[in-house]
Amino acid sequence: MVPTLSIQDLCISFPRRGAAIQAVQGVSLCIAPSECVGIIGESGSGKTQVFMAAMGLLASSAAVSGSVRFEGGDLLTADTAVLNRVRGSKLTMIFQDPMTSLAPHLKIGTQLAEVLVCHSGMSWRDAWNSAARILARVRVPDPKRRLHQYPHQLSGGMRQRVMIGMSLLCEPSLVIADEPTSALDVTVQAQLIELLRAMRAELGMALVLISHDLGVVAGLADRILVMYAGRIVESAPAVELFSHARHPYTAEMLKCIPSLSGPRLARLPALAGSPPSPASGLWAAPLHRGVHGSPRVAAQSDRS
Amino acid sequence: MNAAADALLRVKDLRVDFGAHAAVRGVSFELFEGETVGLVGESGSGKSTLARAILRLLRSAHGSVEWRGKDLLTAAPAELRAQRRDLQIVFQDPLSSLDPRMRVGDAIAEPLRVFEPGLDARERARRVAAMLERVGLAAAMGVRYPHEISGGQCQRIGIARAMILNPKLLICDEPVSSLDMSIQGQIINLLLDLQRDAGTAMLFISHNLAVVRHLSHRVLVMYAGKVVEIAAPDALFASPRHPYTMALLAAVPAIEPKPKGAPAALRLEEPAASAGAPGSGCAYRERCPYALAVCASTVPPLAQAATGHWVACHRSHEALIPLSLPA
Repeated sequence: MVPTLSIQDLCISFPRRGAAIQAVQGVSLCIAPSECVGIIGESGSGKTQVFMAAMGLLASSAAVSGSVRFEGGDLLTADTAVLNRVRGSKLTMIFQDPMTSLAPHLKIGTQLAEVLVCHSGMSWRDAWNSAARILARVRVPDPKRRLHQYPHQLSGGMRQRVMIGMSLLCEPSLVIADEPTSALDVTVQAQLIELLRAMRAELGMALVLISHDLGVVAGLADRILVMYAGRIVESAPAVELFSHARHPYTAEMLKCIPSLSGPRLARLPALAGSPPSPASGLWAAPLHRGVHGSPRVAAQSDRS
Repeated sequence: MNAAADALLRVKDLRVDFGAHAAVRGVSFELFEGETVGLVGESGSGKSTLARAILRLLRSAHGSVEWRGKDLLTAAPAELRAQRRDLQIVFQDPLSSLDPRMRVGDAIAEPLRVFEPGLDARERARRVAAMLERVGLAAAMGVRYPHEISGGQCQRIGIARAMILNPKLLICDEPVSSLDMSIQGQIINLLLDLQRDAGTAMLFISHNLAVVRHLSHRVLVMYAGKVVEIAAPDALFASPRHPYTMALLAAVPAIEPKPKGAPAALRLEEPAASAGAPGSGCAYRERCPYALAVCASTVPPLAQAATGHWVACHRSHEALIPLSLPA
């Protein structure tokens, strides 16, 4: 079986002041058809960069090595024409902030229909009707009227539904959702998680869910990868990870989630220190599996 | 609450309108010295608007905000300015609440320049350095600009700026929402330490219910511009009485078993922030699985259902069985 996405030894670095900042160092992963994989890690751990590389969306200054194969074809060496056929149709991405990822001056309908006109060669009229159908599918009430509205006329949750609908228009094999609910509050978040679950059941696409919120990932993912300092430090089935985290960093991170039950705490559990800076020696050194999530550095010298 | 006379802050029937839209629709509560009150509710429920109205950063349409017995809303500008020394706020987005062209040390020094103009430069620098260390940053960090430091560090600067005058009230408007889970704990513990040392009262706004549960003495739940439930966290989280609070608790994605009694599949439809303008009745009734005919005609008053537990619901005295709505 050809994996939907296969990444081998991916390294990403950015030049800065003559030196190279290693953002991702040697990440390999594989996503099977219809699988849902959660990626968790702190800001700066490289979790977004891995998938930006897969989408060909890295900053032009980035130096990339390794391979990213989508349904067997290499994406890193593909030219823009090939990439453009895949991106937005078979391989799609949902971003964190739906206000900035939708064009503010175009109607929702235009933005949705455009995807089908470009990728499937549909007429605008057919594409518009399909756009209405996809909005109904992602449970946007009154879809025909919504198509004529602009992004600012929709609430944050509705905008994110539109984004999810857009990502599903061409029946993708893989949807990458980068913090899809982080900008939204808990009630809307619960609806969107439910929607993603339903869409996956209906359409059978693979889903990558990038988040720093373990709760979001826990409810959806079959398997979870934990990233720290540009590397994958743990990979486990979701149930296994939450019950038996093997890496000390994962274990510490799980302890930091404040709970809704049990005794109230006078202080919240917190990870000590900060992750090492990509520019520091610690980041480049082989990961030191010390206790309590080392190699975090003391809070005092926090990224200084 | 016999010690009503001791309330540091007494908000009475506060109302804020944006044009025809009422964002805060008659909120009353009290805050006591050294107390932490958590304020929860979904986006659009009026939490931030309430915070800004209390500090008179927004104009209120009606009501009063008594700060140690004096109404801030009618205070003369000079009087208001003098009081603001004791009233500080930490905003949600740490980067945009700092001036990008001002060194972070100068940002922390600014309240001192305004309220303690007699201070000489050396003493001011000493106080800023001490405050930086208090929030866990090296004193040398003061020369940096906001874009040169991380989000967590920016939020520490925001807290240092708010705390340097030892305020009596600190309002935190989603202070950790833009930060990572691992940094959140550090920042909240810092706030708790500072509060303990300075005896500051805190109004802590958040949509992270678990965080609010751990650090609050009392929790206020807002919906569509009104307070619908007030209780101590143990009572609120173990036995919520307002259907909205129940739904809010049920919406938290959990990696652990949900608290007992929380309805498993209670669905909240798209938050109807605009439903804040129903002519009559309870604003929550259209999303409420327990709504009765009376809910459409009469606004439920905030009434005491148990000691220290206030609920604005016509059915607050019934033991509501958690329902799940049809999908």
